[in-house]
Amino acid sequence: MTRILKSIEEFEGEVSESLVIVDGHDLPPARHDGGSPEIGRSRRRIDATQRVTGRARYTQDLYLAGMLHARILRSPHARARVRRIDTKRAEALPGVRGVLHRFNTPKTPFRGDDVIFREEVRFVGEEVCAVAADDEDTAREALALIEVDYERLPHVVDLEEALGDVAPQLESDGNVSESGSHKRGDTKRALKEADVAVDVTYRTSTQLHNALETHGAVALYDGEMLTVWESTQHVFGVRTGLKNALKLPYSRIRVICDYMGGGFGAKNGVGKYTIVASLFAMRFGKAVRCVLTRDEENLAAGNRSATLQQLRLGAKGGRITAIEHTSWSNSGQGKWIANPTGPTNTLYEVANVNTRSYKVVTNAGSLSAFRAPGYVEGAFALESAIDELAEAAGVDPLTLRRRHAGAGKDPITGNRYSDKHLLECYRIGAKEIGWDRRRAGGTRGSAPHRRRGIGMASQIWGGGGGPPAYATVHVDPDGSVVLTAGTQDIGTGTRTVLAQICADELGVELDDVRVQIGDSAGPFGPMSAGSMTLASVGPAVRLAAHDAREQLLGAAAGVLETPKAELRLEAGAIVSKGARTPLGEVLGKVDNNTVIGKGIRFPNADDLAQKTFSAQFAEVEVDVRTGEIFVERIVAALDVGRIVNPLTAASQVEGGVIQGIGFALSEERIVDRALGRVMSGNLEGYKVPTVKDVPTIVVKFVDRPDRRANNLGAKGLGEPPIIPTAAAIANAVANATGARVRHSPLTRARVLEALALAGIRD
Amino acid sequence: MTRITVTVNGAREETAVEAHESLLTTLRERLGLPGSKNACEQGECGSCSVLLDDVLVCACLVLAASVDGREVRTVESLADGSALDPVQRAFVETGAVQCGFCTPGLVVATHALLRENPEPSLAEIREALSGNLCRCTGYGQIVEAVQRAAKTMYLHGLDDE
Repeated sequence: MTRILKSIEEFEGEVSESLVIVDGHDLPPARHDGGSPEIGRSRRRIDATQRVTGRARYTQDLYLAGMLHARILRSPHARARVRRIDTKRAEALPGVRGVLHRFNTPKTPFRGDDVIFREEVRFVGEEVCAVAADDEDTAREALALIEVDYERLPHVVDLEEALGDVAPQLESDGNVSESGSHKRGDTKRALKEADVAVDVTYRTSTQLHNALETHGAVALYDGEMLTVWESTQHVFGVRTGLKNALKLPYSRIRVICDYMGGGFGAKNGVGKYTIVASLFAMRFGKAVRCVLTRDEENLAAGNRSATLQQLRLGAKGGRITAIEHTSWSNSGQGKWIANPTGPTNTLYEVANVNTRSYKVVTNAGSLSAFRAPGYVEGAFALESAIDELAEAAGVDPLTLRRRHAGAGKDPITGNRYSDKHLLECYRIGAKEIGWDRRRAGGTRGSAPHRRRGIGMASQIWGGGGGPPAYATVHVDPDGSVVLTAGTQDIGTGTRTVLAQICADELGVELDDVRVQIGDSAGPFGPMSAGSMTLASVGPAVRLAAHDAREQLLGAAAGVLETPKAELRLEAGAIVSKGARTPLGEVLGKVDNNTVIGKGIRFPNADDLAQKTFSAQFAEVEVDVRTGEIFVERIVAALDVGRIVNPLTAASQVEGGVIQGIGFALSEERIVDRALGRVMSGNLEGYKVPTVKDVPTIVVKFVDRPDRRANNLGAKGLGEPPIIPTAAAIANAVANATGARVRHSPLTRARVLEALALAGIRD
Repeated sequence: MTRITVTVNGAREETAVEAHESLLTTLRERLGLPGSKNACEQGECGSCSVLLDDVLVCACLVLAASVDGREVRTVESLADGSALDPVQRAFVETGAVQCGFCTPGLVVATHALLRENPEPSLAEIREALSGNLCRCTGYGQIVEAVQRAAKTMYLHGLDDE
């Protein structure tokens, strides 16, 4: 019976309620007895061959016949009014097909604005014009021939400058707006009554995503259908963005993302480049390619906001009694911020908590979600400050955390956790790193000028996923299987784990399953973000495979003239009393029939909080002469429910840790304050970790299914591993040297400054 | 435009190129070989690594006009149909591939390394691959893939020669 049910979902730290159309019933939790043929097994990526041979086609690899090339002219000014645009010389250049700008482009609503080319451009890199030409070189040349008359306006790019009185006010209500708060208990009183308290200020710098494949789209319009290939984390989100911008119905837009070169949160929806490519495609009836360069990527494709965070913590009797946390995030021209106070609100059972976060607008490139947005920044501050409090109180920092990590309920909603094994993560991680070797004040390093230390930090995040998500399983007469699901593989291994779930439930070999995803012509599914893909789509796939299996067994009963109850489907064959008949042979008797199984994601329980938990432990050496930090070992112990594929899961964790190390040690967008220009817009100036920067990483999973979460018992894993890394490293550095670095990344300059402040060197 | 003749993956190709055109553009846009990726266009990321007369180069930094009469090998030349070469196989088996955008460059760079140094130490592997950026993996599985490929190729001889 079709009905409407309520569901609760968490996305990037925000909990919301939704309604879901459901039919039939969900499956009971999958078995977890080690007997599953596929779930829980390490499997190679089913698409790895295409990727290692260079045969995989990414968006930037599409070269369609007669394709035009679009390029974007970007503002050289941090803030200016575009008064006049002269395109005559550009349009006279042979090969130029057209120019779009604010005076000739129809209204195309985009993220709160009603145009893509604004009258007032508000950061260096903002889109001013777009050119379509027969080839890339001509388009580039044309950009240089466009004359724009700018009226320069006062700007501010720096977070703390924007907070001050003398900064230009960019919005009618100022630069600062509150974006979230939480209060429980009475922090003022608790701080007054505390035995010890710390009052500390933390800063985090802007981190740039730098997925190896830059943002880009190829659009094709045939008079009826707009087809867009895009490097995206959400084909359906791009479809919605195009529907809103171009006023086309969903049925006339198809968005495809087959192979995709990473996103990390920056590719969650439509981009201006998508709309530019589509407008030109619709005007000229040709394919149009618009792919960003690395520099453009680092100006205008999003970032993790810089933050300023103030914390006051109090402890009494060896327990944390109060946390106050106020945070300001540089949103650039973004319309939202990710909330850095999320971990403070929910990670520990503390009676008195008071937090507030603010969005600060500036004339810098806008933030976008970046792998655990807010939580990475917030966890760095909170988990560092907790170590400072532990030190002041004379308590071992892990012991202090243990006293607050056992709560069974979400402190904000009061809902029980569907499952939680944070204390187990502590136990596993402490044992693996050798926490009992940790000494207050650190130990001697491998050379006289090197100090050695151990630190840890923990993490909370969502990851429960939720509806809507759909899948179908088609079984063809030869017994081969096509799994279609509403999702995309952004590099995480989604194709592979969904194939495993399908093969497992259906009873066929992994090789027999072909996965069709990344196409909005198929059934809907969620954004590949928020650690929600597997927990959202996986249960729907399992249900679809189950439905197909039931139908196959029914069909086999008829063909083999055997009661259905005596039949099983195993490894691609119908098994009856020891006799195996290959599925293709059975279905061959009813040739041209197709069995279609259907699955949906059922709602989440509305009285449970679904969370992921983990802890990371870091061992470092610090050269006190140079300030250089050598991360030697990171241990990550995670509670993310059941692990479907240990190989791909471990890859996700290691990759998250490395990005966390980048955030902690080397990655920092540098902006010139006077001109508003990004000085680290390429991979030479912006330091992404290389293979030489990587420590030993040990990954441990609690690996217990969360049976109350969904029918797979699996939760998300993309974001948890990046959240605690920087704090674990900073805490290890403080343990090693006695110097506390309160600004990430912990560059040598900042380490030297902290060492000097601590009196360890001049 | 300049006309060049170049041997690409064993086949003689004649094509016209712009004076300022990079070898990467020629491979991707004129010769239909998009396996080499464009991720930075300044030689920082290694995604476009190819072999030019057996020397590892970033195709984005090589002027197309300068390869006239020379020999280029790209990632597309390594597998024989469905049969992967040992380096590719090792990358698949160890899980060294995530989004895969950096993978073609890493596979070619690994070839260059193992041709010069069939038994590289860990430090030598790290040094050799430090010009190939990967943003998804933790690099550990990539290093493991190189070690595995080295072992296979050492045991069976370089089978791509």
